[in-house]
Amino acid sequence: MSDLLYSDVEEQLRSSVRNLLADRAPWPAVLARTETDELYDPALWRSLAVDLGAAGLAVPESAAGQGASWRETAVVAEELGRSVAATPFLGSTVMATALAIRAGADDLVKRLASAAVTAALAMPLSTGPGGPGTFPAAVRHSDGLLSGTVRDVADARSADQLLVPCLVGDEPALFVVDAAATRRDAVGSLDLTRPLCDVTFDAAPGELIASGADAVSAVQVALTTGAALLAAEQLGLAQRCLEMTVEHLLTRYQFGRQIGSYQALKHRMADMWAGVTQARAVARYAVTCVADGDPDAAVAASLAQAYCSPVAVRAAEECVQLHGGIGFTWEHPAHLYLKRAKADAIALGTAARHRARLGELVDLPAAG
Amino acid sequence: MTITEDDLRGRVRQLLASQDPRGDRMEFLRAQFDAGLAWVHFPAGLGGLDAPRALQAVVDAELASAAAPTNDPRRIGIGLGMAAPTILTHGTDAQRQRWLRPLWTGEQVWCQLFSEPGAGSDLAALGTRAVRDGTGGDWVVNGQKVWTSQAHEARWAILVTRTDPDVPKHKGMTYFALDMSANGVEVRPLRQLTGEAEFNEVFLTDVRIPDDYRLGEIGDGWRVAQTTLMNERVAIGGGPAPRESGAISAVAAAWRSRPELRTAAAHDELMRLWVEAEATRLTGLRLRQQLAVGAPGPEGSAAKLAFARLNQEITGFELDLLGAEGLRYEDWSGDTWRSERPAAVDFLGRSPGYRYLRAKGNSIEGGTSEILRNIIAERVLGLPGEIRADKTVAWKDLPK
Repeated sequence: MSDLLYSDVEEQLRSSVRNLLADRAPWPAVLARTETDELYDPALWRSLAVDLGAAGLAVPESAAGQGASWRETAVVAEELGRSVAATPFLGSTVMATALAIRAGADDLVKRLASAAVTAALAMPLSTGPGGPGTFPAAVRHSDGLLSGTVRDVADARSADQLLVPCLVGDEPALFVVDAAATRRDAVGSLDLTRPLCDVTFDAAPGELIASGADAVSAVQVALTTGAALLAAEQLGLAQRCLEMTVEHLLTRYQFGRQIGSYQALKHRMADMWAGVTQARAVARYAVTCVADGDPDAAVAASLAQAYCSPVAVRAAEECVQLHGGIGFTWEHPAHLYLKRAKADAIALGTAARHRARLGELVDLPAAG
Repeated sequence: MTITEDDLRGRVRQLLASQDPRGDRMEFLRAQFDAGLAWVHFPAGLGGLDAPRALQAVVDAELASAAAPTNDPRRIGIGLGMAAPTILTHGTDAQRQRWLRPLWTGEQVWCQLFSEPGAGSDLAALGTRAVRDGTGGDWVVNGQKVWTSQAHEARWAILVTRTDPDVPKHKGMTYFALDMSANGVEVRPLRQLTGEAEFNEVFLTDVRIPDDYRLGEIGDGWRVAQTTLMNERVAIGGGPAPRESGAISAVAAAWRSRPELRTAAAHDELMRLWVEAEATRLTGLRLRQQLAVGAPGPEGSAAKLAFARLNQEITGFELDLLGAEGLRYEDWSGDTWRSERPAAVDFLGRSPGYRYLRAKGNSIEGGTSEILRNIIAERVLGLPGEIRADKTVAWKDLPK
């Protein structure tokens, strides 16, 4: 039976990551960076990815990793969700690494695990895991070169390498492309701390790492692993929104009382807590299934997205509302969480799409 | 002396050698109690061996493989789960000797007389009066209790009464065991909105209780009642539930077997409920894992809150999904409900209409969802308590 608790080692890791983020990425610093040209703090990334080894947690020691698993990786994702710090963790450490491991791109795995490079999947962030026949076709390969445009790609502007699903004729394939050989146009992004860009390949050279069924399954593994780990990020975000809101309800007085003494607000907080509590069990189950290669991983990941997305969005929306006027300002962190929560809910498939997919997976077919 | 699993297996073998498990059921259960194999965490001489609670599973497994009789714990759940820990904690030696053995064997069923028409969520407001008949004499009790499971089968009750109306409400209560066969105890079935009567009302008119039946000190009834109520939620029986257990299983079965019921909107709602059900199941699983490592979290409150809402949403959805069939119901007639008194709720064995109606009780019984939210907000999140008008006022002066 899946272990849904946290081990002592995981709690120690959590504590290290939390201390690092509190020290190097307090929210005023996170917010300030969103209005500079350097959203990602390279020193923070080095500390997280290299010094704490977060980039290689799920990678075996033989491939320059830490030999832990996606469970430990998920604890880092929770803490990153909690801080809304901008890092390429989801795109590079989770999805690109999961894909490279599955595709057997050993050299790339080593470079990702040691954080020598970061990489991103050249797919729209909104793409979720799906069945056969859903392989992306935005990029085509001919005469040894890649051409096409992929919109709304996350973690790509700072990436060194892009992992590109494309069609060679009708055949699915996966290429690694040097990011410098592409055009990356920034787009205005709802989420300030996970910005998107449109990536254009104009006869770019690439290195083939998988084709056919291997390419299809590598993409699915990346999306499923991403969905499970994104749920952990959503859990951390929701937990922080809950705590921030409770702190505010205890310190804010109106009509001569702490506003947290009003039952209308207490009951909303109790419901939020219950949602976060359930989200923890669901997210923990998903990352455990992914870590163990459990046959239930596809169900668990879609379940986690279908459950955690609405919980995180509601927590962030309640955080704004219950802070009142201050929660609607730029100088309060609530908006960073709201934007991340809403973008996360769309990322890797909306809750509604995951519900539809679950229907297929658990034999509860749609109408018609 | 530390009891090991091997010790326990040896004791079970001795019991089976001296008492035929296929012989008289009650004799076997009494012998099991006397061997300390009833509830091993209880004291020696009272059905236990002062062993860790978790070791009971070893005994139960050994006895089950020998096809030994059981005490039918579902039938005597209130005695086992609520009365017994209270008697153990607050009873005198004589009371423990007298009540625990027949309680455990099921010879004597217990019920609980706590809630009153005027004291539900606010149990400490209860007004059933117990007045002493002279110094050292019996107590004379008058009042009405409600929502009493199994009062019609019970030989004994645990009862909380008001003995001093002149002090604030939490201070003036006294706790008793009540002989349900005493004069002046009248049990009436309480018909609920499903049409049947799982529960009873109990009317107490000049009922005499000897002081020997008092549990705890005079005026200390609230503290004694806390022992009972804390144990109400400890007993989580059975193993972890599999996926698609409970109300969602009925809806999923209907969806799979009857394609003509399917619509696009219903599909999304079905899957939303399926996701909620699975989230609630996994939360329960995580709670069990916390209990197993000795770190129970407040997840139980989340699970109860979620379960109540979910059961109501699923059963409501089931009626919508079934359409015309959802308009039908079971036999409401008086003869049926008077003659059939279910001891346990057969949720899945009954009709969808029954499920819909019965689920309405889930957010009321065992603590309303509103009170549960208060508890979570105050004890888990640390938000301020409700402003109280009843803490320092004598019970008799409270508005009622």
